[in-house]
Amino acid sequence: MDNAIVVEGLRKSYGKLSVLEGINFSVRRGSVFGLLGPNGAGKTTTIRILSTLLKPDGGRATVNGHDVVTDAHEVRSSIGLTGQYAAVDEYLTGEENLLMMGRLYRLSMADTKRRTAKLLKQFGLVDTAKRPLKTYSGGMRRRLDLAASLIASPSVIFLDEPTTGLDPRSRLVMWDIIKELAAGDTTILLTTQYMEEADRLAEYIVVIDKGTVISQGTPGELKARVGSERIELVIAEGSDFAAAQRAICAEGDHADPKKRTISVATKGGVTELKDVLDRLTRDGVEVETLSLHRPTLDDVFLTLTGHAASPADANGTSDGDSKRCEAPNAEDAKEKERIKS
Amino acid sequence: MTPMPHRVEPARHSELYWMLSDSWVLTRRSIKHITRNLDQLLSLIIMPVMFLLLFRYVFGGAIDTGGTTYVNFLVAGILVQTLAFGSSNTTVNLVLDLRRGIIDRFRSLPMYSSSLLTGHVLADLFRNTISGLIMVAAGLAVGFRPTADAGEWLKVLGLLLLFTFAVSWFCAILGLVVRSLEAAQWISFIFIMPLTFASSAFVPTGGMPAALRVFAENQPFTIVIQAMRAWLVGTPIGNDGWLSVVWCAGITVVCMPIAAWLFRRQARFPAL
Repeated sequence: MDNAIVVEGLRKSYGKLSVLEGINFSVRRGSVFGLLGPNGAGKTTTIRILSTLLKPDGGRATVNGHDVVTDAHEVRSSIGLTGQYAAVDEYLTGEENLLMMGRLYRLSMADTKRRTAKLLKQFGLVDTAKRPLKTYSGGMRRRLDLAASLIASPSVIFLDEPTTGLDPRSRLVMWDIIKELAAGDTTILLTTQYMEEADRLAEYIVVIDKGTVISQGTPGELKARVGSERIELVIAEGSDFAAAQRAICAEGDHADPKKRTISVATKGGVTELKDVLDRLTRDGVEVETLSLHRPTLDDVFLTLTGHAASPADANGTSDGDSKRCEAPNAEDAKEKERIKS
Repeated sequence: MTPMPHRVEPARHSELYWMLSDSWVLTRRSIKHITRNLDQLLSLIIMPVMFLLLFRYVFGGAIDTGGTTYVNFLVAGILVQTLAFGSSNTTVNLVLDLRRGIIDRFRSLPMYSSSLLTGHVLADLFRNTISGLIMVAAGLAVGFRPTADAGEWLKVLGLLLLFTFAVSWFCAILGLVVRSLEAAQWISFIFIMPLTFASSAFVPTGGMPAALRVFAENQPFTIVIQAMRAWLVGTPIGNDGWLSVVWCAGITVVCMPIAAWLFRRQARFPAL
């Protein structure tokens, strides 16, 4: 049995609203698996079904070989769930929260105490262990929440948007913790709205939108499609936008004539950047501003589907009327490909 | 599948052990909610004392209670009202739990999730015992002179616990039926206020209109109040002693399975 999680044709709807429209994927034992998508894509619903909180309308799913509907109890003994909202008790102290969860996971008293002490230390919560949670910061709460789901050292862990709403420093701390977990033989399924997060943590990524899988692959494969670094150009008012598009647009790039922006996928590095600028200069196109950035969820979506992440954009940087570029002529695209490689 | 050697294995005990263990763990949690929440602590003390003082001094002079003084008459009534309001905390706390993320965690654990109900109900026993003691102490300060012997005090305590247990299970049903916190706060009021006022809690039933009087004299709150009063200050008890026990047992037997069923149903179709 190679896969810790197998999902086959999973469907779920709330009344008329269809949330999952038959998704399939499997997660190799001991790997970190990323479910990437915008709000409303069906990520949380998938996790709720896999953690036995919700019954699917169709299809089936197994965790450690146990069916999530018929063997729910078996599944619960071997999973840990960290939801989007910290599922911890406000009035209890950090330590009391972990002790309570340990007993509810049916560990012996001795194991519960041992695991609690270990996790408090591992998550940097020893100093605040005796304080009620009301005094905790958001980052500390998330850490305790994660610790609570690890108390019985489950073999499969679900992390639903583990860093959403955290400040950048807490996010880095959380990433380190997740990487540490991943180094063991624990299987981790995490959902995220951030391409960067999926790239850093996951070994395999499934991109979902509106309840269907729209793409999947290793971060390397996805980045090969989207680019690991993107050049964002604003074309000056006086220059011909169409000419600029002809000069540099290829597959995987997108352009927005209204905002006069073009986003070009690259592998990073100055050679490619210089090449792009050279082409524009050659065709007499003037560039107003230029920036380099990591691909966002929007870049992924624009490249893979031709439309922006929907319904709400994850990072608040919607590309508006951006359209996917089709290679204007095959020769150009080929030439560009040659330079890239 | 062979478990990894370093994994923590669940301890082996009977299902009954785990059922009791889960309930105990969650009862302790609910009790900590009472002792660490200033709002809950204050309402536990202020409400009953305020009611006692208001009725004792505002209505006391105007109500004829026959042989006994008004304050001696009143304490049993205020006590039962306090217990009922104490139990209604189960409604509010249950709604709070169901709305917070923590219910997802509980449901994803290999525990008896209905022990969450048991936890809240058992914590009410703790809460109401404390409230009861405060009530009696406050009563003593304003002229309450009980005649109860040790055995009768024990009966009062026993009925206090039985009554709390019954009403809390009823309140658990309310907590599983309403969806919002606002509704949780007023719905128990709708039941408790009429039952305490249309009873012999504050005034003798003799002056009520005929139909109301029939209701007031036969509804469970009155019977529990009469039994408490008889044990505390020696009024005639009649059938109220055993009837109050029957009522409490009856309410519990009916409400407990309904609450458990509602809870399981909610677990299957959780609110979005």
